Amino acid sequence: MNWIVRNLWLIPMLPMVAAGIIAVTKRKGRMLAASLAIGSMSLSFLLSVWAFAHVVLLRNQGQIDLQVWNFRWFQFGNEWVSLGWILNPLTAVMVVMVTFVGLLIFIYSIGYMAHDENFTRFFGFLALFAAAMLGLIVANSLLLLFMCWEIVGLTSYLLIGFWYSNPRAAAASKKAFLTTRIGDLPFFLGIVWLYSKSGTLLFYNGGTGCLEPMSLEHLVAQRTTIGMCVATGIALLIFCGAVGKSGQFPLHVWLPDAMEGPTPVSALIHAATMVAAGVFLVARVYPLMSAHALVHGAVSTSAALQVVTWVGSITALFGALIAVAQYDIKRILAYSTISQLGYMMMGLGVGGVSVGMFHLITHAFFKSLLFLGAGSVIHGCSGEQDIRRMGGLGKLMPFTFATYAVGMLALCGFPLFFSGFWSKDEILHAAHVWDLSQIPFYMGAFAALLTAFYMARQMYYVFAGSTRLEVGEAHGDGANATAGMEHEHGPVPHESPAVMTVPLMTLAGCTLLLGFLGTPAWPWFQSFLEDTRLRVDFGAFAREGMFPVMISSSLIVFLGLGLGWWFYGREPVDAADAPDHLGRRVPAIFAVLGHAFYMDALYDKTFVRANIAFSRISTWLDRWVWNGAVQIVRYGTLAFAHMDSFIDNHVVNGAFDEGCEGVSRSGQILAKLQTGRVQSYLKVIGVALIVFTALLLWRANA
Amino acid sequence: MSGFPWISVLTLVPIAGAIVVLAVGAASHTVVRRTALGFSLIALALTLLLWYGFHPEANGYQYQEMHPWISMLNANYHVGIDGLGLLMLLLSAIVTPIGMLASRQVERQVSLYFALMLLLQACLFGTFTALSFIHWFIFWEMGLIPAFFLVRLWGGPKSAKAAMQFLVYTMVGSITMLMSFLAIFLATRSFDFVDIGRMAQSGRLMPEIVARLGWHLLTPEHTAMVIFAGVFLGFAVKVPVIPFHTWLPLTYTEAPTGTTILLTGAMSKMGLYGFLRILLPCFGVQMQHVLTPLLWLAVATIVLSAYTAWAQTDLKRMFAYSSINHLGYCILAIFAVAKFTGTDAGLMSQKFAAMDGVFLQMFNHGLTAATLFWFIAMLEKRSGGVRGLNDFGGLRRVMPVFTGLMGIALFSSLGLPGLNGFIGEFLIFKGSFPLVTWATALSVLGLLITAIFILGILQRVFYGALPEVWAQLPDLTVGERLSLVPVIGLMFVLGLYPQLVLGVVNHTAMQMALTLRNF
Repeated sequence: MNWIVRNLWLIPMLPMVAAGIIAVTKRKGRMLAASLAIGSMSLSFLLSVWAFAHVVLLRNQGQIDLQVWNFRWFQFGNEWVSLGWILNPLTAVMVVMVTFVGLLIFIYSIGYMAHDENFTRFFGFLALFAAAMLGLIVANSLLLLFMCWEIVGLTSYLLIGFWYSNPRAAAASKKAFLTTRIGDLPFFLGIVWLYSKSGTLLFYNGGTGCLEPMSLEHLVAQRTTIGMCVATGIALLIFCGAVGKSGQFPLHVWLPDAMEGPTPVSALIHAATMVAAGVFLVARVYPLMSAHALVHGAVSTSAALQVVTWVGSITALFGALIAVAQYDIKRILAYSTISQLGYMMMGLGVGGVSVGMFHLITHAFFKSLLFLGAGSVIHGCSGEQDIRRMGGLGKLMPFTFATYAVGMLALCGFPLFFSGFWSKDEILHAAHVWDLSQIPFYMGAFAALLTAFYMARQMYYVFAGSTRLEVGEAHGDGANATAGMEHEHGPVPHESPAVMTVPLMTLAGCTLLLGFLGTPAWPWFQSFLEDTRLRVDFGAFAREGMFPVMISSSLIVFLGLGLGWWFYGREPVDAADAPDHLGRRVPAIFAVLGHAFYMDALYDKTFVRANIAFSRISTWLDRWVWNGAVQIVRYGTLAFAHMDSFIDNHVVNGAFDEGCEGVSRSGQILAKLQTGRVQSYLKVIGVALIVFTALLLWRANA
Repeated sequence: MSGFPWISVLTLVPIAGAIVVLAVGAASHTVVRRTALGFSLIALALTLLLWYGFHPEANGYQYQEMHPWISMLNANYHVGIDGLGLLMLLLSAIVTPIGMLASRQVERQVSLYFALMLLLQACLFGTFTALSFIHWFIFWEMGLIPAFFLVRLWGGPKSAKAAMQFLVYTMVGSITMLMSFLAIFLATRSFDFVDIGRMAQSGRLMPEIVARLGWHLLTPEHTAMVIFAGVFLGFAVKVPVIPFHTWLPLTYTEAPTGTTILLTGAMSKMGLYGFLRILLPCFGVQMQHVLTPLLWLAVATIVLSAYTAWAQTDLKRMFAYSSINHLGYCILAIFAVAKFTGTDAGLMSQKFAAMDGVFLQMFNHGLTAATLFWFIAMLEKRSGGVRGLNDFGGLRRVMPVFTGLMGIALFSSLGLPGLNGFIGEFLIFKGSFPLVTWATALSVLGLLITAIFILGILQRVFYGALPEVWAQLPDLTVGERLSLVPVIGLMFVLGLYPQLVLGVVNHTAMQMALTLRNF
């Protein structure tokens, strides 16, 4: 066994140790915290590259490139619960991406969070996040994956609520944790169900793992009470977890609110890595997701993957529609993230692991680039996040503008030179040749049009025209981070320091280059993940539907950008309070989109309210029904005691005073039951004991 | 095993401590506190010695002592521990010093207070080690006396009512249980748990009772059920199981927080211990007969208590209901284990998982709940007794260390992986799901609602704006931090390395689950 496989745990452990040390570091240890976090992340990155190279090497030698290392954790009964880690192409690609993007964002954070009083804490949380995220990726056990998954949720909670004195941040962090937990509970049930059916939670374990053919056949052969096969049931429950974490409809509502967190957090956690964990999860358990079709040799998509496809395509369109009508620079990107995550799910459903994962990787780069760019903009505008108050930043922040433009074109899927084009095109192509329905393809294509449109809208608002920034009105995200900078820079927008722009340019470079790893002519990425033979083949463009889809998706992008120019570029936005150019024409629709289809309000009125009502009901039950029953017994006893005492005093006492003293006393004892005097209690116990003992002795002797 | 009477000595240590504390009563409060704490730490050290000397793979009870006691009742002084007893001893020994450290606010009659705490600990030790009914019942009942006075004399404004409700309620349960055991004794001439359990498993117990007692009004099945109901009520009140819980919120809230720690941390385990030690081995058949209603009770306990906790505004009351919720998972798993499964080896292994989960959960709940109440005690001390959910806000600004450590305890209560709460809940759900699928699936709702109210606490107490009144609240002192370190550390250790406990109790859990196979 290779060293790197045995020691894969070091990749998550290094940031974990850093987080542990930072946790006990004093607030003043800023340098220490930042260097620990960045140092550990760099080492993890190097190890990841090593792991990646190892897998590539094995692949080139034609050896099996799935290696695991399992160990026993704890026992119950005669069994042991084992955990382990796994190195395969999926792991290798993800660890490199997460450590690299993470490292850049850590570095960027030095600049962005420079003036925050809890700088040290911030890096501690970031390191903990990185550890949990990397643990999730290398886990070879669904249990270990779930544990890391929950800790990732915790760090997300802590980082969204990082500026804790802001009530909106506090509410958003709670909402994020709870909404994802709603998805996690079915996921949890899926795990225990899988455990009870397959007897292990290890993914791969030399033939006995739960994702290996033996177990899958077993799962497919069994039926649930409602006729569905067990494999599908478990897969759908696990998918619920992915829906929560990856912001899929209908559990997407937490992600836009999560933008209350500092912008590097939005970039790392709520764009590039954590939210993609759901997509990764589906990719990881893909054999289970597609088990039904695989085992029965059917070509059609399994029921679970059909659900994945539909949820993904609905989310892709839904997020894109809402993004059109947002004004907050980060919220636009958040809805865009939701939409792109939907694409990834759709890609997994219609095309397979490599299709979805390729978009995950390219998206991680260009979306974190966009978020960091937005952070730079917010930083430069002293905390302003409303795009209506920006404008003209193209000239004032040239580096930010250039890199942002790269990210924006990649997100739109601008042809040929931008990675987003290749990855998105592949999803659309897979949807186009899907044998069950064409509707996901049209939904995806329409979402692509909207994506180009809303990004063009955002670009014109932010970078074109002249500045509409008002003095001294900083609020929102960056207000906390940049409050200390006011006196240095004044209210004029300014370019960010090099510690922030260099990561931007690095990410922009990756965004440009990465696409060429997965073109139809040289699909290195796909062959790497799916173990197919790689060759250069320009004829691939001529395959069924490939060329038409490329052309039409390019046209769609041009159309979207053109529409953006038509509405926002022709006549620049001139005043901060001017109505939106599109909103002016279709105010009703625009309002619905602006309020995100009123989903929050709907949930508030239904689920939240129902639960609160139920908590009131259960309190009421507690007070009146359960306690009421006790009180009735109490008063019943009391009444009996009084009656007894009454009879004693007025009826019995008169005639048989002496003879019935015993009865009378018992009546009084009963009455005293409610007096609250301890002595009388002890007396009751004493008498009872004597009576019972006497009874016993009598029976024993008899 | 040497002949040294370890368990008797262990039980006598707190009693001796109580006498010493009363004797030095005239001395300063600090001396009294330190003496009492010292004795509880000696008890802890002794328990650790027992833990060290315990043979995890051995069958039956260890450290046994057996002496004839009341020959006429055929009652012996019979003590001993298996993995479960040992775990409960350790828990009581850990929780008692926490309760003492959290009793800083007690200013009146300090020596009496600490003497009663030590007596309560002695009763806990006695209950968890006794193997004969009479002896066990005496400790079970005697434990009420110090608890009653602790609540009554040092409690909050409604302590009189609370103490009375607590006493009467548990007493009613005890009396029904006593009746049932007298019936069993009259039929079997034995008070020994081991003997009675053996008879029950061979199917002789109930026919014997019916033959000897011959209650002609009732069929044999009904007679057995009535006897079962008597014992069940006694334990159900103690745990408690909804709807026999109404004494608990008031008692936990009104008791001085140090006492609440003992009540929730250790005393609530007496009920569960009874379920495991007595109800499962002796009344397995009866439980199987009424399994469905029992499962409904378990689900109601889990879900309703979580919802009710959410609606509370007093932090202590919230955690009181949360305690019911956490022990509800244990109840669910115990009922799942009771289910008849024949000889299915796969389901047997699920029973092992559920049983191990119950043990872990009992210990972890004790640890976490005690720690949470400890934090409340520290908060009350700083705020002058204020502990309403809506009375605070933004405390993280002035008390960052307090926030961080209490946050860890809160997330442990929420069941976050990596902390102690998770593995127990995982094993319970893992084991119960295949056995009682729908009840388990419904119980998941409890996990969600727990998350809601725990995050609600974090949000309302520690996040948001800091009110002017609390701007001067001091953070944890060095002493407080040092005393918290072992407890918080233990949460991490058990979360990351549960084998530490499971390695010791697993064999007992298997034995317990296996005895049920005979039904």
